[in-house]
Amino acid sequence: MAVKVIIPTPLRAYAGKQESVEVQAKTVAEALAALTGTFGELKKHLFSDDGRLRSFVNVYVNDEDIRYLQKDQTQVREGDTISIVPSIAGGSRI
Amino acid sequence: MATKIGVAAPSPGDEKPRVSLSKEEVMRYSRHLIMPEVGMDGQLKLKQAKVLCIGTGGLGAPLGLYLAAAGVGRIGLVDFDVVDSTNLQRQVLFGTSDVGKPKIQAAADRLRNLNPDIQIDTFEAHLSSENALDIMKDYDIVVDGTDNFPTRYLVNDACVILGKPNVYGSIFRFEGQITIFGYPDGPCYRCLYPEPPPPGLVPSCAEGGVLGVLPGIVGTIQAAETLKLIIGKGEPLVGRLLLFDALAMKFRELKLRKNPDCPVCGTHPTQTKLIDYAEFCGIRGEEAPVAATNVPEITPRDLKTRLDRGDDLYILDVREPHEYQICNLDGHLIPLGELARRVNELDSSREIVAHCRSGKRSAEAVEFLQKAGFRKIWNLKGGILAWSDEVDPSVPKY
Repeated sequence: MAVKVIIPTPLRAYAGKQESVEVQAKTVAEALAALTGTFGELKKHLFSDDGRLRSFVNVYVNDEDIRYLQKDQTQVREGDTISIVPSIAGGSRI
Repeated sequence: MATKIGVAAPSPGDEKPRVSLSKEEVMRYSRHLIMPEVGMDGQLKLKQAKVLCIGTGGLGAPLGLYLAAAGVGRIGLVDFDVVDSTNLQRQVLFGTSDVGKPKIQAAADRLRNLNPDIQIDTFEAHLSSENALDIMKDYDIVVDGTDNFPTRYLVNDACVILGKPNVYGSIFRFEGQITIFGYPDGPCYRCLYPEPPPPGLVPSCAEGGVLGVLPGIVGTIQAAETLKLIIGKGEPLVGRLLLFDALAMKFRELKLRKNPDCPVCGTHPTQTKLIDYAEFCGIRGEEAPVAATNVPEITPRDLKTRLDRGDDLYILDVREPHEYQICNLDGHLIPLGELARRVNELDSSREIVAHCRSGKRSAEAVEFLQKAGFRKIWNLKGGILAWSDEVDPSVPKY
């Protein structure tokens, strides 16, 4: 299935400055693996060392949070949009 | 019998003192009064409302202005910062003549000038676990216009504990997020993000910057949501995360769900008190966050000494092209995000000094290059900012 993954601004530098990437996948896990396969540097920003999605990064399929679906096993259909939404705080340099 | 102007019709058993509008207020708010969605009832609700605005900066500026303009009867402002010239690119509450003044004072003056009929309370303080509940308790609604993770978690938790809605807005470069947390049966910030990113992992605003108008848009949306909550009209952003991209000029919406296992607002909360948020976010005390790595460093003065001596040093600049245009040390530019791909441009037999703006990105670059086998590599401590401070003040800081 061709799905679009939307890359949030803070991570675009690690995805060739693109705002979205098309990948072929049947589940969210496959889509993220395809994404980090192409853009290796994204991996450490999305996943911790034990391979789990970082807790300050949320993933949505269309407008639903995957935590309330089947998590990374959530199936995706042709034309679905996967959004990566990290927490942002604003302008401080902390 | 003479009719009083603008008096709320009393409800049976209503013991509150009747609030009314003066003739001048009726004139001032006439554009609200003639709309059925607001009308006299709505305007009187605004007059009786108490809203606490945390932060008077990029988000706080349009927020404060529009709440004051709308006639919110009592507005509290919390900020400990001082106006500086870099604020004026987006913090439109302030003017050039306010540079050097406490933000809270400049903000209060401006808002009182806009609307002398409302009450402005000022809290020139760092919001903390010690004072948050006290400061927030007298207000109906809290609006989060802050700029760091520890305070966001503090505001969230305090609002849940006190049962107050938290109108949340946040920005990064040209993207914004807006929602309402802490509404009865709605999610809180922790439902969305149980934990903050560790310092140094999410790209900092040192390489981010922000489109000046962006907090203007997001803060104005926060003001709109606050007014809607007060007058009880329209659909509030409860359970909805509004995402805004100013460059694409697109709005998207994602569903936010209340997490029944949320430690703060869930069915069986395990955290019912405020905690140490600096510790929660991995920042110890007042120290600046330690760089994630321990890399070999060279100070600007030592670098200058070595360069003057004629040492063959290769300067690697890992900033972005637009930063290079502001000022540079004549270094070879490879932005950090491209380093992995372009590492073959570097000669590992040479001595390399990597620098960025403040020393954080270049520390990451040095760590990466060490792992790639580079042995003669140093991080310029404090970056080009420190070079300007310690070696060459003619280099502009940004």
